[in-house]
Amino acid sequence: MPALTMYEKVWSAHVVREEPGRPALIYIDRHLVHEVTSAQAFAGLKAAGRKVRRPDLTFAVMDHSVPTTDRRLPMLDRSAAAQFAALARNCQENGILLFDMNDRNQGIVHIIGPELGITNPGQTIVCGDSHTSTHGAFGALSFGIGTSEVEHVLATQCLAQFKSKSMLVQVNGHRTPGVTAKDIVLAIINKIGISGGNGHVIEYAGEAIRELSMEGRMTVCNMSIEGGARAGMVAPDETTFAYLEGRPYVPRGKDFQAAVDFWKSLVSDPGAAYDSFVDLDAQTIAPQVTWGTNPGMGADVTGRVPDPGSFRDPVARTAAERALEYMGLEPGTPITEIPLDRIFIGSCTNARIEDLRLAARVLDGKKVSPTIKGALVVPGSRRVKAQAEQEGLDKIFVAAGFEWRDAGCSMCLAMNPDVLPSGERCASTSNRNFEGRQGKGGRTHLVSPMMAAAAAVAGHFVDIRQWDVGHVE
Amino acid sequence: MEPFVKLTGLVAPLDRVNVDTDQIIPKQFLKAITREGFGRFLFYDWRYVTGEKPNLEFVLNQPRYEGASILLTRKNFGCGSSREHAPWAVLDYGFRVIIAPSYADIFYNNCFKNGILPITLPDAQIAELFKRTEQAEGYSLTVNLEDQTIAEASGPDALQIPFTVDPFRRECLLKGLDEIGLSLRFQDQIAAYEQQHQPNATLYGSLEALPGK
Repeated sequence: MPALTMYEKVWSAHVVREEPGRPALIYIDRHLVHEVTSAQAFAGLKAAGRKVRRPDLTFAVMDHSVPTTDRRLPMLDRSAAAQFAALARNCQENGILLFDMNDRNQGIVHIIGPELGITNPGQTIVCGDSHTSTHGAFGALSFGIGTSEVEHVLATQCLAQFKSKSMLVQVNGHRTPGVTAKDIVLAIINKIGISGGNGHVIEYAGEAIRELSMEGRMTVCNMSIEGGARAGMVAPDETTFAYLEGRPYVPRGKDFQAAVDFWKSLVSDPGAAYDSFVDLDAQTIAPQVTWGTNPGMGADVTGRVPDPGSFRDPVARTAAERALEYMGLEPGTPITEIPLDRIFIGSCTNARIEDLRLAARVLDGKKVSPTIKGALVVPGSRRVKAQAEQEGLDKIFVAAGFEWRDAGCSMCLAMNPDVLPSGERCASTSNRNFEGRQGKGGRTHLVSPMMAAAAAVAGHFVDIRQWDVGHVE
Repeated sequence: MEPFVKLTGLVAPLDRVNVDTDQIIPKQFLKAITREGFGRFLFYDWRYVTGEKPNLEFVLNQPRYEGASILLTRKNFGCGSSREHAPWAVLDYGFRVIIAPSYADIFYNNCFKNGILPITLPDAQIAELFKRTEQAEGYSLTVNLEDQTIAEASGPDALQIPFTVDPFRRECLLKGLDEIGLSLRFQDQIAAYEQQHQPNATLYGSLEALPGK
């Protein structure tokens, strides 16, 4: 038997049909749907007189444009309201389970999939959203697709796909206190570049990955796409099984044991071949802060805003010049001297319970700096929100001066009213710092939840390692 | 989908690397529920200043590139969000061909589903095309998918550049094939797969609605 990677195992278990020179038809176990990328797919299906093949494997949620304030109030955004209505109608007509914005299980699609146990190891999972890579943290093959492909999955429960190349990213050793999964993945992207993973499925391995909680592994896999890889995967282990046991959609009792046995078989075989390898030493990773307009433009918190003149590649130099102009930053400025206007703790990258616990630990007994114009915490799901409230985290956030909101994508992409005003600078736990991502003219710095919380207190970035926040994780 | 066989058109140069789909079409335009009319919003934040007035410094607003149907750009075009609104906007604006050194995976896929031909060329050829596009006003190319060539109109040093596209994708574009229709021809095999894997269903838990929903 040849030694296989986890990706190859999951891939080959899902091949319905293959033929040389053509994409393989692969079966999809879970199709996740949200309001922004599905309406045209349902319309196309209907126009062609086709049906949803497996509504029972399809799950829908409202997340991208939902208000994070009181949802009993009428929605002012009429186009968003029309899109929600279309999703509700499409789900009803096709018999698809929908978590609408008033459902107690509602939340960001990539938070609720794992949280409800819809996401399991060994599955193929797709969604019309690039951060679908998140679910790979469980050893699932999970990636984002376009609306035409959403329609294809609705009609056939399959996708026509070419097999990707594989990349092994090995993060060796132990991370130091104050360094989180977010810092690890930003360091990886900094190393491989934002197109380094193009055409690849990344498998994350090594001690530092194994030591992460499921929340941390999801943060890492979530940002695979920011390194260009459609999917990222982590081998399932005891941490995975312990997270899944007892969740609503996870098998129980004897079935759970059988599932665990199967899940254990998914791990890459010793000696399996990868197309490329990347190594990092966790010990050397510092808290990360991005200074530019893509997630690969980042620095250690102890570093400085780079001088574009120091880039040898003229194309990279021009890109850096443009980025600094957009970001309103001077070359050579120490990262810790960058003042902030707003703080956003949220998104499918960093709005799980562990993220909120870490941020709350930093904020406990402290106040948001008077120079900060606004600080938001947006839990990733209503379950996360309820859990945080049970633990009293909401009180810590509110006492510190944060606004405690309802669940959704919110200011990560600002499709709802949570918009970063033009010219303002935000420390954000989200995943993209593209121009205008959080609002036209807004300036985004990507950081971990602890770094965002500390920046809220100081009014500028600080090295969280210098704060006494007790034992972290 | 409209087939793509051959096209002669004006080339517009967008000299930026890593153009992400948030730039191609910003989030406020993702709330539509139809596929039409996104061209007006293509590169919105670069193309317009406040009040939706054209930003005269942006390359596509230069009169010499009006009516362009070939977009020449730099590496990793279309990175970031999977939004298919990006190729919808590119197409609705009037581009049917993109020429770049590389593309982000999801955007690249999405182009083929919409009758857009994304051509990949080595950096040196891209650099040469940028030079020629900027030098000669009205610079046009003929893109032929049948024989996979890009050609300048005849002249003493007329460029003739071969390119390759995956044969399956090429065939779909040439014939304007409906991929869903193609896959539906294999319904029996899909059903057989489901049958065979039914015993594994317990490994993936119950699919009934949540208790208390």
